[in-house]
Amino acid sequence: MTDALLKVDNLVRHFDVSPPWLNRVIERRPKSVVKAVDGIGFEIGRGETFSLVGESGCGKSTVARLVVGLYNPTAGTLEFDGIDISSGAARARNRGAQRRMQMIFQDPYASLNPRWRVTDIVAEPIRFNKLVSGDAAIRVRVGELLEQVGLSAADGEKYPHEFSGGQRQRVSIARALAGSPEFLVCDEPTSALDVSVQAQILNLMKKLQRELGLTYLFISHDLAVVYHVSTKVGVMYLGRLVEWGETEVIFNAPRHPYTRMLLDAIPDLDMSGRARTPVAGEVPSPIDPPSGCAFHPRCPLATDRCRSEAPKPVSVGAAMVACHAVEENRLPEWHG
Amino acid sequence: MAEPLLTVRNLRVEFPTRKGTLVAVDDISLSIAPGEVLGVVGESGAGKSMTGAAIIGLIEPPGRVASGEILLDGRRIDNLSYDEMRKIRGKEIGAIFQDPLTSLNPLYRVSRQLVETIMTHLDLTVKQARARALDLLKEVGIPAAEERLDHYPHQFSGGMRQRVVIALALCAEPRLIIADEPTTALDVSIQAQIITLLKRLCSEHQTAIMLVTHDMGVIAETADRVAVMYAGRIAEIGPVQDVIKRARHPYTEGLMGAIPTIGGRHELLTQIDGSMPRLTAIPEGCAFHPRCPQAHFKCHTVRPDLIGDASHSASCWLMERQASGSVGADAGQEGGR
Repeated sequence: MTDALLKVDNLVRHFDVSPPWLNRVIERRPKSVVKAVDGIGFEIGRGETFSLVGESGCGKSTVARLVVGLYNPTAGTLEFDGIDISSGAARARNRGAQRRMQMIFQDPYASLNPRWRVTDIVAEPIRFNKLVSGDAAIRVRVGELLEQVGLSAADGEKYPHEFSGGQRQRVSIARALAGSPEFLVCDEPTSALDVSVQAQILNLMKKLQRELGLTYLFISHDLAVVYHVSTKVGVMYLGRLVEWGETEVIFNAPRHPYTRMLLDAIPDLDMSGRARTPVAGEVPSPIDPPSGCAFHPRCPLATDRCRSEAPKPVSVGAAMVACHAVEENRLPEWHG
Repeated sequence: MAEPLLTVRNLRVEFPTRKGTLVAVDDISLSIAPGEVLGVVGESGAGKSMTGAAIIGLIEPPGRVASGEILLDGRRIDNLSYDEMRKIRGKEIGAIFQDPLTSLNPLYRVSRQLVETIMTHLDLTVKQARARALDLLKEVGIPAAEERLDHYPHQFSGGMRQRVVIALALCAEPRLIIADEPTTALDVSIQAQIITLLKRLCSEHQTAIMLVTHDMGVIAETADRVAVMYAGRIAEIGPVQDVIKRARHPYTEGLMGAIPTIGGRHELLTQIDGSMPRLTAIPEGCAFHPRCPQAHFKCHTVRPDLIGDASHSASCWLMERQASGSVGADAGQEGGR
């Protein structure tokens, strides 16, 4: 294993969604808490792409926001290159570490200020971090960044609305690169784009990773995209990682029944006519998750133990899996 | 092929604007047989939803069907009055839209919305209509349908809401359903459930479905034939297996290569540079030529029509050369690019 750039340990983030105090008292309703992220841990090695995949509401975007510090964790630790960044105070002490990570958001229509010229958008992190001094030098640097992401330096004079979705996403990548980061958190960077444009952006991200030695935390719901970009994959379900490990292992020999269900559900371009397990049920509410293993109401292999006791992750081969069926060795063969 | 249920001939949809007329759908012809699923695929702005909207007569003014004809069971429906079209919409042609939250009225119980639609189209009493509504909810696979019937839309999850919308579309047993991105707002596991449901309805009721989507995977799983659209025109149309495995149009080919697949190698994806032209600036000749790696002289000036056999054809000049069997026909003009 390469040395870890980001270490996440037992990360927890709860959101209080209780009704107001008066309602609680009068209607005798209890406090309610969404356990968006409920104890997850993983490491990302330098130069790797670690992807988190899962259905809506599984907490993957919350993890992204926790890592860059847009939320503070309820519990658990985050360590970036050996520096503790678990709390706002720790981040404030280590502004240098903060600069070394940047984020790319899903919607390029909402993440760029429509009243700013692209030059100013891209220059903001440079000015903020005082990386380059002098307007002329900043302008040159912005031009370089725009060319690096496949735009032209002259595009800096334009406003975001003059660009298509794919070009806007290039602008947000240029902005992320402006802080000279080592680590990029990408929250569904291509979900709002058409396939041909998605291919351009994925190729660009790969090119930049090679050239600049970037490390990515990649969040997506699209398994095919995840397979394509990542070295490691973590599958999330209701705030927990159910299975994580090398991409090839997770996709070719998935063990957790949820991972298998997801892989089975993807429409198949080859039309091999393979028999697929019918997908049952939906993701339950994270406010009141099922007891034991959160996946048990949808799991074909659930037993009484699954209903009462939450499984602990165990190492199987090159992957980590949290499933009683795997532990008890009663997992059917995967059709592959 | 059986007698087509829906025939669209040379459909053209225009939007007059101050800057001139925009052509959203340009000379489209297609047909769907009973029990058949025709997939319409393309990127945003290709005109795929607009084609669907034209068929069910829901193009918002100032947009209009400028020319061409739409025939349902041999009867022209594109020139009907508003009231006549209302009778067909819902009864003969059902519609399913992308966002199940906006296609249901949040203030009415699901039962009321279903009963209202059923009674508009079928001659039933309230009691009978309610019984039918219950049957429909059961048919689309909503558990505890008796209880759910009187719930409000917000009490349903996304997947269940989309099932309600499908039930609404089925109220009067339409023979044609226009499904516009029915699974785009849903998670993969729910998407698989909805696809299975649509396929079952199609085979059980011999309903024809026009499935509009940008997701080639959904098309591959569901459709019998597929039309690939680009800049308001059909780039390629044919049996779904043929189009995916033996794409004839360079755009289709590029599109297939751009889709990441599981099991494929982690190398770079095929990349079609640039993006689809805006409707205000559709290039002369073949609209795809500025992005096409195989464009030659003729592509810059003359717009190709669909070339090929009855089942599989593509609007590309390369097809002409293949058909005539001689590559040398316009070789003299090649090499410009």
